[in-house]
Amino acid sequence: MQDARLAQSGFLTLTGISKRYAGVRALEDVDFACERGKIHAVLGENGAGKSTLIKIIAGVVQPDAGTMNLAGNHVSFPTPSAANAAGVVCIFQELSLMPDLSVADNISIASPPRRFGLIDARAQRRRAEHLLADIGCEDVNPLMRVGDLPLSRRQVVEIAKALGKKPQLLILDEATSALTSADVEKVYAMLARLKSEGVAILYISHRMHEVEALADRASVFRNGRHIQTFDKGARSTAEIVQLMIGRDIAAQYPAKPARQVGKPALMLENLSWEKRLDRISLAVGAGEIVGLGGLDGQGQKSLLLALFGVLRGTSGRIMVEGRETHLGSPAAAKSAGIALVPEDRKTEGLMLPMSISDNLAIASLDAISTGPFVDRAKESAAIERGIARLQIKIGTPDDAVSTLSGGNQQKVVLAKWLMTEPRIILLNDPTRGIDVGTKQELYRLMRELADQGAAILFYSTDYDELIGCCDRVVIMYDGRIVRELEGDELTETNIIASSLNVHAATSADSTAGAAHA
Amino acid sequence: MTTATLRLSRADRPILFAGLFIFIILVAGTAYTFARFGSAPLLSPTYLLQQLQIGAFLGIVAAGMMIVILIAQIDLSVPWTLAAAAMMATSIGGPLAIPVGLGVGLLVGIINGIGVAYLRVPSMIFTLGVNAVMRGLMVAHTGGYAPQTAATDLMRTLASERTLGIPNALFVWAAVSVLVAGMLQRTPLGRHIYAIGNKEAAAYLAGVDTRRVTVICFGLCGLAAALAGVLLAGYSTKAYQGMGDAYLLPSIAAVVIGGTNILGGRGRYLGTLIGVVLIVLLNSVLSIMDMPEAGRQVIYGLVIILMLLVYGRGDRVTS
Amino acid sequence: MLDDLAIRLRQNIGLVTAVLLFCIFYLLYNLAHPRGFSSAVLVQNSDEIFALAMLAMAQTVPVLASGLDLSVGAVMTMVGCLASYLLTGTPLPLELLGLHLGTFPGGITGILIGMLICVGIGAFAGFVNGCVVVYGRIQPIIATLATGAVYIGIALFLRPTPGGKIDEDLNWALTNSLGDFASTVHIFDDGAASWFAPFAWIPVPFVLLALIALLVWVPFRRSVLGRSVYAVGSAEGAAYMSGLPIDRAKIAAFTLAGFFAGCGGLFLAIQTSSGNADIPQAGAYTLNSIASVVIGGTSLLGGTGSAIGSIFGAMILRVISFFFRIFDIAPLLQPLFEGLILLAAVSIGALRVLRVKNTLELFR
Repeated sequence: MQDARLAQSGFLTLTGISKRYAGVRALEDVDFACERGKIHAVLGENGAGKSTLIKIIAGVVQPDAGTMNLAGNHVSFPTPSAANAAGVVCIFQELSLMPDLSVADNISIASPPRRFGLIDARAQRRRAEHLLADIGCEDVNPLMRVGDLPLSRRQVVEIAKALGKKPQLLILDEATSALTSADVEKVYAMLARLKSEGVAILYISHRMHEVEALADRASVFRNGRHIQTFDKGARSTAEIVQLMIGRDIAAQYPAKPARQVGKPALMLENLSWEKRLDRISLAVGAGEIVGLGGLDGQGQKSLLLALFGVLRGTSGRIMVEGRETHLGSPAAAKSAGIALVPEDRKTEGLMLPMSISDNLAIASLDAISTGPFVDRAKESAAIERGIARLQIKIGTPDDAVSTLSGGNQQKVVLAKWLMTEPRIILLNDPTRGIDVGTKQELYRLMRELADQGAAILFYSTDYDELIGCCDRVVIMYDGRIVRELEGDELTETNIIASSLNVHAATSADSTAGAAHA
Repeated sequence: MTTATLRLSRADRPILFAGLFIFIILVAGTAYTFARFGSAPLLSPTYLLQQLQIGAFLGIVAAGMMIVILIAQIDLSVPWTLAAAAMMATSIGGPLAIPVGLGVGLLVGIINGIGVAYLRVPSMIFTLGVNAVMRGLMVAHTGGYAPQTAATDLMRTLASERTLGIPNALFVWAAVSVLVAGMLQRTPLGRHIYAIGNKEAAAYLAGVDTRRVTVICFGLCGLAAALAGVLLAGYSTKAYQGMGDAYLLPSIAAVVIGGTNILGGRGRYLGTLIGVVLIVLLNSVLSIMDMPEAGRQVIYGLVIILMLLVYGRGDRVTS
Repeated sequence: MLDDLAIRLRQNIGLVTAVLLFCIFYLLYNLAHPRGFSSAVLVQNSDEIFALAMLAMAQTVPVLASGLDLSVGAVMTMVGCLASYLLTGTPLPLELLGLHLGTFPGGITGILIGMLICVGIGAFAGFVNGCVVVYGRIQPIIATLATGAVYIGIALFLRPTPGGKIDEDLNWALTNSLGDFASTVHIFDDGAASWFAPFAWIPVPFVLLALIALLVWVPFRRSVLGRSVYAVGSAEGAAYMSGLPIDRAKIAAFTLAGFFAGCGGLFLAIQTSSGNADIPQAGAYTLNSIASVVIGGTSLLGGTGSAIGSIFGAMILRVISFFFRIFDIAPLLQPLFEGLILLAAVSIGALRVLRVKNTLELFR
């Protein structure tokens, strides 16, 4: 009787939680509850308030108003360690690991086993082995320096670290984004086990199929408000997306024009690099949007970096507009008319403390200079044009670019490059962490640029995007192009099959593209 | 960039506070001299000009140091670059004296730049090594004593003489200031410098040749140190061992007091200028007060901490 | 097992390299020295190494927390000047503003208390550094630049001109071999005990260095606070998210630096039997401490390295200067060679750069 009652009351309840950051309402009067022994998904586009909610629960930030109850007791967490002490453990999207310390050190970082007041290294190592085995990842050696591990192993270590804190409430914030599919299965198994032990689990993910598979309940947030909570299966994907963005999502992708075979603006012949790129041959025509697909880490990002002059020691030929070009540096690539929107806008695309106008102008200073000096008039005009063209929502151009939302920051990166009038545009997962509204604007812009004659190479981890935006998609596996898909062949099934390097039995299994097994 | 507004922006605060502090120093110093001597030498133009003339040497070194600090580096080879330029200039003599001296500085700067930009050795440690090498070269070259040859007439004129009643050294300092400030504010190179100081990876991916800019910055810093050395030799009519040692830490202090972030990417030249004036005036007031070296050091340190507490504080790390 | 050994070796390659380099250099030095491998040479060398080794240890801790301490030389000098008053062995009347406050004791009691006070003052100076950095939120390089000026000023106040004296027995006992120490302090049969004989040749500074490293550094490194220092230097944001005491770790790092610098200053005063507020010497020690840290395998970016490595880095620097004495290189050329070797040593890390294939990694 007692257990049934406990199971029904909320284990964690939030009442009237509000939080505002410098005039922006991140959370507005949120009521929320989750229960033990259930996986509760938190859905919403970026800027909806999910990460603020999580940070408040995990003790990273304090709410401006509202109360939190845990197992019936009023609680408040001024620091992450206070939350940990109450059994609330969060696995963050940006890992909380120290790269120079070992796996064992990181797992037991806050309260290690001790002997005579000092850290007991052997007991710590055994603890790490034990926890890693619990997830089923015994292959990680506890002595290894975390910085030397690939991202998927580091995520595993982060999960083991969280497990070691004996959570009563476990929060996963995009915790599986870099894991291999084998690891993902192990994590699902671990979550199922924790569920049966009565742990409450909060799960944030943008992957709808993951959410469908795992969640018992789901809550949708939009613009800082809690919109709805429903049980598994009660809403279709379309309905959920509708709740998330609050408007009709029809016509999300712009129409694709009929294909005209133009001259290739970019042609690669047997491009290789270290062990990551293996004889890539590819042609991208002016006016074409070519997508790069495949599983994470198959060389897509390396290909884009190679095309931008960042990698040393590449072999093979790169031809820009018919002329063989050696791309020795990003400056050389820029001169050749190539632009790259990089993977991490915060550390590679923008100088965050600098103003919006400084960030916009940095790549095209030559064009806005007269003689040895920067021409202020030309600069202001170019900046205004850039802001207007992409409809970037800003206060004034002198504001620091760090004050902008993720979507607007990405627009600044793109606007910066458009000012150089590139003929080849490389996009490295440009819509990651961007809200749906801005995403649609970006898709329209891509098609517009292609129509104006640019050749676009577009890497995305989202199959929908690849299918919706691209004229052609090449799938990479192990550093090689294994399949080219276009027209009717461009389906999710084919993409997935090619990503796994498996021949799917589809009708139009043409010989287009190389399919090396 | 849009026209200046009257908002007290983050960049303006250090300049205002440093200016305010200069004012306080002048007032306090004058009160002291009035009470003690019944006069106010601090307020006399002759005295001020003379102090600024001496300050010109520090000012030129600080201008070069600021450029390097802006790209998030540091140049600890300034002491012996300065001395080497002075010694080579006096050794060579004749019309080639000044060009040779400046050439030495430029060469050392370029070597520093190559070590930091291409070999990726941390600037603190590479310039430290270069400083030791320059010292070694000069000790070997001069036999450990001050060079016997004297400064050329041109050097002396530039450093000690006056034109229209104003010391020539001040004109040189002013020229350097205009060039550096103009470069930083108005040219693409200046933008590149701020960009690299903020986030070198992002500047690199925007097509900025960050390595070349780094070499240029260190080259300019070496050049500035050499110019100061040549002028100092002119002022003292000869070069001497260790003549550059007294300029390293004060130049860094002046740059930082003037509001430039020691981690790079932020700061205005006007701030460095004011920082130099502040340090020079502080020194002269302490001299007038006959403050022993002990007291000077303590006050020097406390002033730096005080100024930084007011406007140099970083943000709390939360994520 | 071998796998683990390989991993540990790879992670500590800087330290191992420094140790090997030192062994090779010191071996060569002793082979070339007319009286190499003798206790006298060993004692003389260890006397000259101790202070820099202590300052190298001092510099290591803030560097591990991705900071820097430009005041270590100043703290050393300040404590040295203080020691020249307290360690004379004779009672010292204390007067302040004309008021007689008492007498600082002489003899062994005075010496022991004096040493404790000196080391305590060093630690306190470090603590002040830490507070300015943490609560003032001022960058370490500029904060310690300023506090260093203050400490040098205090040193100058204590000793405007070099002076003072150190108790002669203290000087003799601490700067020679264990046998001499025993005979001065009258233990172990005045050093003649038979079981003691195999140890009598060991230089006291070496023993002190080993003791300080073993009793202070090693336990600190293995403590949660010590590990937090590494964590802060590696990734401060992640350390905060992990609930580590960031502020306490930083303050502890600077306090420990002050403690080690104080030990160095104490020894220097005892060795030279005077207190000398030598500003250029303080600056040289500070810069050499940074070089020792780099040569010893600690990264200036923080998060990785060890004070033990820095000790070997300091020893390598000192042994290089010893070489000049025996090879009779023109004294005028010595600074040049020292400079070139320093430059070469710190540029060795550049070899790594040539192997990097993804240029973005150079900027991380």
